[in-house]
Amino acid sequence: MKLEEFQAKKLFREHGIPAPDGVMVTSAADGKTAALALGCPVVVKAQVKTGGRGKAGGVKLARTPDEAFSAADSILGMDIKGFRVERLLIDPAVPIAAEYYVGITIDRKRKIPVMMVSASGGMDIEKVAAETPEKIHFQPVHPERGLRFFEAKKLAFRLFSDSREVMAAASIMVKLWKCFNDLDATLAEINPLARLEDGSITALDAKIVLDDNALYRHPGMEELRLPTPSEKKELGAKSHGLSYVQLEGEIGCMVNGAGLAMATMDVIKHLGGTPANFLDIGGSSNPEKVVHAMELLVSDSNVKAIFINVFGGITRCDDVANGLVQALSGIDLEVPMVVRLTGTNEEEGIRILAGHGITALKDMTRGAAEAIRLAREGSVGR
Amino acid sequence: MSILIDEKTRVMVQGLGRDGSFHARQMKDYGTSVVAGVHPGRGGSVFEGIPVFDTADEAVGKTGAQCSVLFVPAPFASDAILESANAGVGLVVAVTEGIPVLDMSRVAQELDELDTRLVGPNCPGLISPGKSKVGIMPGNIFSRGPIGVISRSGTLTYEVVNQLSLAGYGQSTAIGMGGDPIVGMKYNDYLVHFERDAETELVVIVGEIGGTDEQDAAAFIGQHVTKPVVGYIVGRSAPPGKRMGHAGAIISGADSTAEAKVNVLREHGIPVADTVEQIVDLVAAGLGG
Repeated sequence: MKLEEFQAKKLFREHGIPAPDGVMVTSAADGKTAALALGCPVVVKAQVKTGGRGKAGGVKLARTPDEAFSAADSILGMDIKGFRVERLLIDPAVPIAAEYYVGITIDRKRKIPVMMVSASGGMDIEKVAAETPEKIHFQPVHPERGLRFFEAKKLAFRLFSDSREVMAAASIMVKLWKCFNDLDATLAEINPLARLEDGSITALDAKIVLDDNALYRHPGMEELRLPTPSEKKELGAKSHGLSYVQLEGEIGCMVNGAGLAMATMDVIKHLGGTPANFLDIGGSSNPEKVVHAMELLVSDSNVKAIFINVFGGITRCDDVANGLVQALSGIDLEVPMVVRLTGTNEEEGIRILAGHGITALKDMTRGAAEAIRLAREGSVGR
Repeated sequence: MSILIDEKTRVMVQGLGRDGSFHARQMKDYGTSVVAGVHPGRGGSVFEGIPVFDTADEAVGKTGAQCSVLFVPAPFASDAILESANAGVGLVVAVTEGIPVLDMSRVAQELDELDTRLVGPNCPGLISPGKSKVGIMPGNIFSRGPIGVISRSGTLTYEVVNQLSLAGYGQSTAIGMGGDPIVGMKYNDYLVHFERDAETELVVIVGEIGGTDEQDAAAFIGQHVTKPVVGYIVGRSAPPGKRMGHAGAIISGADSTAEAKVNVLREHGIPVADTVEQIVDLVAAGLGG
């Protein structure tokens, strides 16, 4: 679960990390009011869960409350990489002397958290990592011992020379680790961490990604969820035990298992089609789940054909087929559908489906090709 | 031969809830030597002829269990892994999905100090066909033979194995290593065993987006594996930043895309299939050469 900047900054401040105490607003008028209250200049920042918003024009400096109004007015409603801007953060503007990067995430290879710092702040850190990896410094953090001050200090000396600045930065790093650990985050990032003209160190941006698997022990965090329209659909699917991600293609997919679902999307793409979604209905053939899954697929107006791809393992194919028949009997389908069923008792499963007028085959690539063909036929026919 | 488990492996089942009970029976029916169950509060009872104990310590002490398969709910699973490891179990297979990543990081640090290997979590387990099944795979689609299989997925593994079996290519051992960001053993750990295993003639690795395990495997294969390897990577059509079901399947950088993984494997001379069906062709070619 990704948090927005204003939420992450609040959590940072609660953990003792200095960050501008701005105001979140949802209208240009409130933006102006906030600018008046904070005192100008202010920075007007789009709250979207994606990088590169500065380049997209989603961050503007305003010298007067009226400028704050027009900046807010122009940014609200903007589309940044597919995210519509609905909220703004109005932060007091501060005089920046230098920008740095500080972040902590999980190192999958070493299986422990790792703190990363760089003097190349304010930039896309993945670009820095790819082009000039020597500019990033790492410190693995033992998950039981945590980040010790001497480890943080070692990193801080890579970025600062003034000893007061080193101590201030090291203290922020230790607090960032505590924040990461307390919240069960998978990412906590300050980019940029700024040295201001008066020598103080402060977090000018904030990014936190929480571990979805750990949310059960942070019940309060659920209230911070601000889902975008597509995320709302994904969350609704999740409440029915479905894992769904909407894409922009034409072939609606329903698959049991995440790996097989990805393989299904890939084979559609490989054959020149476009998958409309990722949808994993899990291991069982529970008819209720299939009904919810079908509802998701038919609610997507891009979908021109549906491809159901099921591997019957412990759940036998004849059971899966009966579940599908039961689920589909209550649905009025307007788009063509192909079912691919394989595994234990596949012949029997395919026979059951055929008896109900449902095209079923046992080869995945042929099934995908058939769905693509029907989608094209359908769109030509209209 | 096979790797990690065979007909002699003494297996205990941790967590006899709905799934644990179902699969304990399935494993026993397959022929796995299931010697104990562990379920706090049910010590002293017997399930399907299997003695049940309150703690892993007791189960290991009384039955000599060497391997544990875990169906414990996520909030308690990391502790249960450590319980088994500290009881002296050499191989823990964690089927449980949804364990917080920091919990797994703590587990991984402690396992480094113990003599215990971990398969999973969030995995279907492993199977040495005809000998032993430790996990939730449908045993009937597997057949005995010379192919080692290592995969990050569940049903996709079944799909791949089913096609291999139908084409007459049986498996020495097939492993689902788990779909989480932090898992115990990875490709390289299994490859070491497959390289040494006399029965295994070729290894299929099934990868996906997220992390860089496939790149590590490619480099490792180049240096340490003499047997032919065939690759297959899914998630070529996945958008960046979105979690594709598995907690670990998320594109978070240029290195973790399917494209990058396919390229690195091919650069190391490892043939990569575009579709599941192609895996069989590449296996045939690999065995022929």
